[in-house]
Amino acid sequence: MAYSDKVIDHYTNPRNVGTLDKAKKNVGTGLVGAPECGDVMRLQIEVDENQIITDARFKTFGCGSAIASSSLATEWLKGKTVDEALAIDNMAIVEELALPPVKIHCSVLAEDAIKTAINDYRVKNGLPELEMPKSHH
Amino acid sequence: MLTLPIYLDNNATTPLDPRVLEAMMPYMTNMFGNAASRNHAFGWQAEEAVDYAREQIAALINCSPKEIIFTSGATESDNLALKGVFEMYASKGNHIITVTTEHKAVLDPCKHIEKMGGKVTYLKVDEKGLINLKELEEAITDKTILISVMYANNEIGVIQPIREISAIAKKRGILFFTDATQAVGKISVDVEADGIDLMAFSAHKMYGPKGVGALYVRRKNPRVKVTAQMDGGGHERGMRSGTLNVPGIVGLGKAAEVAKQDMEADSKRISAMRDRLERELTTIEESYVNGSTEHRLPHVSNISFKYVEGEGLMMGVKDLAVSSGSACTSASLEPSYVLKALGLSDDLAHSSLRFGLSRFTTEEEIDFAIDHVKEAVAKLRELSPLWEMFKEGIDLNSIEWAEH
Repeated sequence: MAYSDKVIDHYTNPRNVGTLDKAKKNVGTGLVGAPECGDVMRLQIEVDENQIITDARFKTFGCGSAIASSSLATEWLKGKTVDEALAIDNMAIVEELALPPVKIHCSVLAEDAIKTAINDYRVKNGLPELEMPKSHH
Repeated sequence: MLTLPIYLDNNATTPLDPRVLEAMMPYMTNMFGNAASRNHAFGWQAEEAVDYAREQIAALINCSPKEIIFTSGATESDNLALKGVFEMYASKGNHIITVTTEHKAVLDPCKHIEKMGGKVTYLKVDEKGLINLKELEEAITDKTILISVMYANNEIGVIQPIREISAIAKKRGILFFTDATQAVGKISVDVEADGIDLMAFSAHKMYGPKGVGALYVRRKNPRVKVTAQMDGGGHERGMRSGTLNVPGIVGLGKAAEVAKQDMEADSKRISAMRDRLERELTTIEESYVNGSTEHRLPHVSNISFKYVEGEGLMMGVKDLAVSSGSACTSASLEPSYVLKALGLSDDLAHSSLRFGLSRFTTEEEIDFAIDHVKEAVAKLRELSPLWEMFKEGIDLNSIEWAEH
């Protein structure tokens, strides 16, 4: 099974790799997955006073598709409002990266990481936690 | 001159040796006879070629040419040995002893045998990948008819104590079968000295063609019989019907002859390269060799690079053809059961690469592989949140990972 060019591109030149200061009030961190499952994703967002995501960073332990999914997610997050970010759906990631069915799991993980990061930001800022979506897996 | 990608997945299959191809060619062209045609030159010619191949193989493993049953490969040989013995010796007992780290071509027939009412004991291995002989002895019952232990493992290259195992089997009057797919042609395998009653092996793991293998079946002390699993024209002394794959068999024969002749020199050269590769790659922080390094095939090295996922790493070493024990590379989406049987944690199993060298591997290719892997591991660790946590001194076991 060959990877799509877009997966290879994100894997080879991952966007927004790095770490934001998770102690900051306007930084939300989402850590999902588990080492024993073979993938762990950490997505972080930095939000300004207008609820706009000004920065996004990721680090991922996982296969090429997992790395590409999280790299793409950071690109999509930057410049969006928090509410817009909540609407990012895993199937959009699948489509953009042309992920095969066996790799849909990686896109789900990325969506979970986004929502977990947003929740972390909300809770830090006194907002109620959002219901996490029913897992697709 | 380095040609990319570099093939270091020789446990999966090996390239066809040009000497083997040359031997096969006439039987792919004008010498196309059926070895079972008894009444014309085409048939005789084919039969003669098959008989010669039997001799070449017999010389390699130290048996009689009459003890070779040709099959379509090691999977079929495994099935024939296990199911064939189970059926043939049903009146004697229904219990088989094997090992958790066997190839699926042994484990799945064992599952099938359990469905047919047989009893199978699966011995565990230690952290080196070796069975415990005392546990083997204790597993034997008066219903035990067969002990099935692979010669050398396909994922970690670990060689089991074959002579000790066969001595136990002999003492208790039990047949001993070994899947020697990874060992034959690579290390000295001698069915007499090793006390083997049945042995499966395959051409394509020893620089021969795919789709042809053999089962060695002992004819004396004791005389072993197996119930055919493929019925038809009664070929191969009634144990395996089907028109013989003459070019394939000629290839297996030639591959055996070349192996006998080159084994010592090949093995010296290949193991030196393997050792260098392993030495260099284990200079990488948090890298671990899997399985015994003492009882091991000369051409295999299985290494885990902690905090990096195997499939991601394989993508990073795109100029190398290797394999990984990572779940993402397996059909079952489970990490390697062999590595888990060694007691490896799931995350280390996910982080493993298997390197398999061949007689065609060059020093230059090893140089390239060393640099390529080092670079890819470093790059992926920069991306790995686990590496970052490790570097910060965070105990990963203290984190409550989200279920998914």
